[in-house]
Amino acid sequence: MDQLTVETLDRPAGDDEVRALLPGLGPDRVLLGGGTFLFSVPQPHVRGMVDLTATRWPPLTVADDGLTVAATATLAELADLDPAAHPHWPALPLLAACCEALVGSRKIWHVATVGGNICLALPAGPMIALAAALDGVAVIWDPAGRERREPVADLVVGAQRTTLAPGELLRSVHLPAAALRGRTALRKASLSPLGRSAVLLAGRRDDDGGFTLAVTAALPRPAVLRRPGLPDADGLAADLDALAHTHGGWFDDPHGTPEWRHAMTRHLAEEIRTELR
Amino acid sequence: MTRVDGTPLPDAPRPGQCLRTYLRDHGHHAVKKGCDAGDCGACTVLVDGVPVHSCLYPAVRAADAEVTTAAGLPDDVGRRFADAAGFQCGFCTPGMVTTASAFADRLADPAARPRTLQGNLCRCTGYRAVADALDGRVTTGVPGSGPALGTPAAAPASARIVRGAEPYTLDGPVPDDLAHLVVVRSPHAHARIVRIDTAAASAVPGVLAVLTHENTPATLFSTARHENRLDDPDDTRVLDDVVRFHGQRVAAVVGIDLAAAEAGARAVVVEYAPRDPVLDPETAREAPAIHGDKGPESRILDPARNVVAALHDGVGDVAAGVAAARAAGGAVVTGTWHTGRVAPTSLETHASRAWVDGAGRLVVRTSTQVPFLVRDELARLLDRPRDSVRVFSARVGGGFGSKQELLTEDLTALAALATGRPVQWELTRTESLTATPTRHPMRVSVTAAAGPDGALTALAIDVLSDAGAYGNHSPGVMFHGCHESMALYRCPNKRVDAEAVYTTTPPSGAFRGYGLGQVQFAIESALDDLARELGIDPFDLRRQTVVRPGEEFVASHDPTEHPDDLRFGSDGLPQCLDLAQAAVTRDGDPVPDGPSWRVGQGMAVAMIATIPPRGHRSRASVTVEPDGSFRVRVGTAEFGNGTATVHAQIAATTLAAPLDRVAVTGADTDAVALDTGAFGSTGTVVAGTAVARAAEALARELREKAAARLGAAPEECRLGPSGVVAPDGSTVGLVELAGARGEGSHDGSPRSVAFNVHAVRVAVDTATGEVRILRSVHAADAGVVVNPQQCRGQVEGGVAQGIGTALYEEVRLDSSGRVTTRVLRDYHLPQYADVPRTEVFFADTVDALGPYGAKSMSESPYNPVAPALANAIRDAVGVRPYRLPMTRDRVWALLH
Repeated sequence: MDQLTVETLDRPAGDDEVRALLPGLGPDRVLLGGGTFLFSVPQPHVRGMVDLTATRWPPLTVADDGLTVAATATLAELADLDPAAHPHWPALPLLAACCEALVGSRKIWHVATVGGNICLALPAGPMIALAAALDGVAVIWDPAGRERREPVADLVVGAQRTTLAPGELLRSVHLPAAALRGRTALRKASLSPLGRSAVLLAGRRDDDGGFTLAVTAALPRPAVLRRPGLPDADGLAADLDALAHTHGGWFDDPHGTPEWRHAMTRHLAEEIRTELR
Repeated sequence: MTRVDGTPLPDAPRPGQCLRTYLRDHGHHAVKKGCDAGDCGACTVLVDGVPVHSCLYPAVRAADAEVTTAAGLPDDVGRRFADAAGFQCGFCTPGMVTTASAFADRLADPAARPRTLQGNLCRCTGYRAVADALDGRVTTGVPGSGPALGTPAAAPASARIVRGAEPYTLDGPVPDDLAHLVVVRSPHAHARIVRIDTAAASAVPGVLAVLTHENTPATLFSTARHENRLDDPDDTRVLDDVVRFHGQRVAAVVGIDLAAAEAGARAVVVEYAPRDPVLDPETAREAPAIHGDKGPESRILDPARNVVAALHDGVGDVAAGVAAARAAGGAVVTGTWHTGRVAPTSLETHASRAWVDGAGRLVVRTSTQVPFLVRDELARLLDRPRDSVRVFSARVGGGFGSKQELLTEDLTALAALATGRPVQWELTRTESLTATPTRHPMRVSVTAAAGPDGALTALAIDVLSDAGAYGNHSPGVMFHGCHESMALYRCPNKRVDAEAVYTTTPPSGAFRGYGLGQVQFAIESALDDLARELGIDPFDLRRQTVVRPGEEFVASHDPTEHPDDLRFGSDGLPQCLDLAQAAVTRDGDPVPDGPSWRVGQGMAVAMIATIPPRGHRSRASVTVEPDGSFRVRVGTAEFGNGTATVHAQIAATTLAAPLDRVAVTGADTDAVALDTGAFGSTGTVVAGTAVARAAEALARELREKAAARLGAAPEECRLGPSGVVAPDGSTVGLVELAGARGEGSHDGSPRSVAFNVHAVRVAVDTATGEVRILRSVHAADAGVVVNPQQCRGQVEGGVAQGIGTALYEEVRLDSSGRVTTRVLRDYHLPQYADVPRTEVFFADTVDALGPYGAKSMSESPYNPVAPALANAIRDAVGVRPYRLPMTRDRVWALLH
């Protein structure tokens, strides 16, 4: 929809131009990723937008130490990465699977960005589940020209809340090679076949037997369970039950009751545990 | 420079402008606004070949791009949608066609379609016809000779709709000085307005006027529109000094553009004195009066108790009937059912544009099902002579009842009169979801008793209907809801206790089925329980108990004291029961793997009067045009109901003309003398009868005129494609008869009944609550089917909407009365993925009352779907669902 209060829309083309604009950011001057959220609800407080899509940051960078995903990479670009081209990274099918978990259509994939999905910090954001399950680390620029790193699972601190300070920018997410070598499984619960996630769980099993489970959508913020080996069913269930106390309670919105989300988390986590056995 | 369909756009976009408005501002109206939030796909375009939702796409980004709309695509995909009747209202269609073009490879695989079309919502079709279009099936067409009636003729607008060239309410030329209106809405569910300060708003550059309760008429009216305006309570003001729901209109700001109007709206200062909200209909009758200031002239039954309308009546003795069933070794069942608040959600939101023409007449172009009734009430509100107001509609982008309301036209008209400029108001999707009328939520308790043979001995319902903040359609919905649902069954002892009560929640209004679906959800569920208790198949229980020709229709009144005009024009119900029962057990999807799935089967029956009671009028004319073609003029609107096709088929058949020689003009108060409107499924039976009679009158006149010239007797002459033919073969061409005219009318009485039976087989995952529909069949008694493809589409669309109501859709409120489902991501309309194929069967009957033996068939297919699904879920899992929607979390909760 039109944002009729917006008077300026900057399209910085290079890193220096981007950095120069960061100090001017604030509640009324915001970063624009794909725009699939910012243009979907009224933003009457916004006077200016800084569009990051002209930066031409390489969307996906493959290196020995892992995969770096630019914040401006679109979901379509992520989903198009061919797992067959990187057989040493069995986790790669999780990328497209998480894109499939987006409530937005395939047309949204062409525009929506990985960084935008993470910074929006919706409980159901599938790029958060992806990064949380694969030990993704956010690379963040601050307005003073410095860079900091923070696990994505910690970056998101609540429903539509992150640790990003005014003027900070999510530049990229690094998915380390160690995590990409794991086997993964994804499960989703929703009130309709392709609806918004009420529960989105991404699990990973490493070569050393380590077990990681990212619990998203069911809680206001992501939770990551890490165990040195495969937990038993009762132990996993007990650990999941405890998340309600540590992560703000089972989420409540029109996409599912808290009780159901809790039960589906247990049910689907057990499916993942079994699949990754 | 952006190029659109090969043509460069001359001006740069604004910084915060999305691509959709940039395109529409430059006249590219093939791009529609359905949700403005990336959920519906009506605005889909290709940017350098890549499909995107143009409402989300910053226009600046398309600066050097080649943009393609439905108007710029090759014809092949669009033609497939036209050939397969792949649309009804057609508002979503240009976006659907554009998406189908871009994803042609992916969509060739049926398994990929649900995900690929996730971002394209169609509220009308139920998607089967869309699938046919993708498959390249041709399901429309008229044989070269023979009557057009009974053929699957394509909608006359098809070729334009698929290219986005058919104008809807806000399409077409835009006046240079068009002003825009934005409404300030209440942040309280219940409050008195202490003060409105409009000074700052008026000072915003570009603001032309600010309307409040202080400078608009205080005349009480109802947004509901009926033939008899006294049917609905006068309890509403254009702008009130009391707000009774969160989101109620408080002020309207008119600006030279939307930006000015929005800025002005933000600057309006309103001071409220909050009052206690009344959110629970169960306690509303003991709560403070919401309309305590209204007198008898408002026609509210009991304002002090918040009761809009009530019905307490019965025949026989229910207690005696219950006792008799018990004594005979039969069964007695009771239960209480709840239905949800459902949003009609036509893809085109409510919108209107009003102006004063050169002759001083007020003209309103609006998205309405009832242009004549809107005109009449506008004249009353504005205290103007009726003929000083003209109301018309272009093609309307869906309605489902929601446009049998006066929701925007009062403000655009007042604003046009205040500013002297044309003024437009287009509701946002959030306004539509939060502040336009919904289906009435109802609580329905049922007692049903039967002897061992299944013959009913008692049937009683206790209904509480939530009117919301304004009475609106509540009396009509309550009376209608408790009528055919009860009258369907033969039973000596019946009782109806029903009340509709005010609450300070968004108003309820007209919605497909008009109350019947809510009550039938309860009754059909109770009868399923009864059949189960008696060990009788539910189809057989219906065969045993449904009303038969020759019997009276008794809902709750003694028919000798309250005779009505309802008749058995034809009786297809036994056929429908047989067809559905035979079909539901065959074919269908396999049961999913896994130990937690359970399978069940369910059915439900619905009856509906083919015309609303208390009068429904239509006038039509048919003329011979100078080129020898025919023009039908009729008042009713085309909003996806298909009446433009049906009326052309009726006229062509009566006049023995090829279908392409008949054009239909509708929905304009200047076109004919009167028309009650396109609601109550009357487009075929009332307006269609008027068209048939007009065509018959014209045929008589043509024969008489020609006979005089041919020297033959009129009754010897017959009409043919080339003109009127005498027995000797000599002919008077139609061009020579140009100017001939016939008129016809229908006043909506007597009325017939139509029947629907829905049956489903489902699998339920007891671990998650997921319900999968394995088999869905629907049998309908529509009398003679005028257009089998369109009628099938109406049934499928009704079934799809029924599935939405049954499994997914609910407008939710928080504890303060604010709607929390404010966008389509949170209010789930059925997508391609959610709607199974439904096999549709038609009973073979000829109605004695409808035109050419036809009956109505657009609301009623919706009604039996939810109870059929509930009964199937009950059959599968052994626990009955009592509340709609039966979402996965609720079904899971039933079992845990």
